[in-house]
Amino acid sequence: MQTAKQEAKIKPFFTMTRKRGLTGWLFLSVASALIILTSFYPFVRAIEMAMYSGAGTRMQFAGLVNFQRLLIDPHLKQVLSNTFLFLLVQVPMMILLGLILAAMLNDPKLKGKGIFRTAIFLPCAVGLVAYSLVFRQMFAVDGIVNTALLTFGILDTPYNFLGTAWSARMVIIIGLMWRWTGYNMMFYLAGLQQIEPSIYEAARIDGANVIQQFRKITLPLLRPMILLTAIMSTTGTLQLFDEPFNLTNGGPGIATRTIAFHVFNVGFQQSPNLGYASAVALLIFVIAAILGLIQIKVGDKRW
Amino acid sequence: MVGRNIARFFKYAFLTIAAVLSVFPLYWMVVSSTNANPAILRGSLIPGTNLFVNIQNLIAQQALGQAFINSIVNALSVSVVSIIICSIAGYGFEIFHSKAKDRFMAFLLVSVMVPFAAVMIPLFSLVANMGLMNTTLGFMLPMLSSAFLIMLFRQSARAFPHEMIEAARVDGLSELSIFIRIFMPTMKATYAAAFTIQFLASWNTFLWPRLIMTPGASSITMPMLLANLLSGYVTDFGVNMVAAFIASVPTIIVFFIMQRQFAQGIVGSVK
Repeated sequence: MQTAKQEAKIKPFFTMTRKRGLTGWLFLSVASALIILTSFYPFVRAIEMAMYSGAGTRMQFAGLVNFQRLLIDPHLKQVLSNTFLFLLVQVPMMILLGLILAAMLNDPKLKGKGIFRTAIFLPCAVGLVAYSLVFRQMFAVDGIVNTALLTFGILDTPYNFLGTAWSARMVIIIGLMWRWTGYNMMFYLAGLQQIEPSIYEAARIDGANVIQQFRKITLPLLRPMILLTAIMSTTGTLQLFDEPFNLTNGGPGIATRTIAFHVFNVGFQQSPNLGYASAVALLIFVIAAILGLIQIKVGDKRW
Repeated sequence: MVGRNIARFFKYAFLTIAAVLSVFPLYWMVVSSTNANPAILRGSLIPGTNLFVNIQNLIAQQALGQAFINSIVNALSVSVVSIIICSIAGYGFEIFHSKAKDRFMAFLLVSVMVPFAAVMIPLFSLVANMGLMNTTLGFMLPMLSSAFLIMLFRQSARAFPHEMIEAARVDGLSELSIFIRIFMPTMKATYAAAFTIQFLASWNTFLWPRLIMTPGASSITMPMLLANLLSGYVTDFGVNMVAAFIASVPTIIVFFIMQRQFAQGIVGSVK
């Protein structure tokens, strides 16, 4: 206050408060401008581009043709149902497993906690393409999974995991679980460390068993964290690309092709059609927004 | 008592299985990178002597050194520039906060809801029009600023003692030097967390470089090199695994150095 007054005497038109406010805007200008340039501007452009058809410099205004085409796209239904399968099967399983692991690791009496935590978090250190390559080879016809299954006599002949629709989807789900469970677990562990151990102590004295403690204490107190990870995983799954592209190449056929993969294919492969690809991309945004709102609504309610 | 022991046994068993399943693919990747194709196909789980042959074969097929250097340059540039830009913004939002700035932050946060796949086509046109295809700058552009990182630094600026800023102002330090000389050194943990997040993300990103770079170009990154290996005619497991291993080394190093700070940074960001 003192300094502000002194400054005001010297510069009556340009007060310290106003100057500081301006400094603040200056400080945040670069980052904000970049977000506008790389998120909001492209979003508005996507809406515009979706109304054009053709390729390269020969783009022509086409109105709503691209949006009508969404309805008759022969691949879109399959691509959407693949994406939703990954979303509805993998995300809840991963969140539950992450929660269970975090609750177990939060036990102060647990021995070897650091080793368990590091081991389960370790997959996060590997890139998506790198692990896709590893999983692709593990589940290849002549890969180690088949070798193991043959050795233990579970299979008589090698199984073509990546060449069969349902098992290829399973492999992607297993891969996603492997890569992301530890990541989510770290969020829950961080959240659990904010909870007073005395709450669990009191519950134990009142005779609550482990499962009751998990449901009545852990889950409600971790709600903000669960909501955060659910939204992140949902957005992540809606733009799932690296794994289906490198692990299964979307196949067999289009059995594991995701919606983000579809945007890539329509927009950049064979005969690129950026206009229609933009329309599909906008569909991703609409789905993400709807699911995000539902999750916030559900997450806000008391369980 | 017996019941508790059984519960404890199951807990350790469960955690051990989870830990083994988590580590096994990585172990297999490392072991296979030292083995020749026949040994890998036999399902060998012990290290072999073929590591250097695999590396030589990889170098013969792909521009390994070039891709590795590109990835290092790209990831370091993105991480360093973005944490500077976003930290100064987070600091600005919190220390000089006003109603207008709070509202503006809420607006920027909407960008977190926009999936990359939804904006990648216009971004691609933008970078193409700016003549930034196949360049580091083009690679960096979409990753330089994120509302998530700004929030992270805004939260940590909230915990920063304001008396220190007042004292520094009395001492006549400019606002920028208060940020550089007092805030930045105090917030090492947040910077470490942000650096880790950005380094891992930019090192691993695949779709964006795949769009703006030609697969055979000299500007390709490590993930692109890995994907290139898959498009070949013959699959040499050993070569593929040594490539995946080399591509993972920097992120594993960053991971181990930063693991602790990362966890702390997360706690700080979601408080």
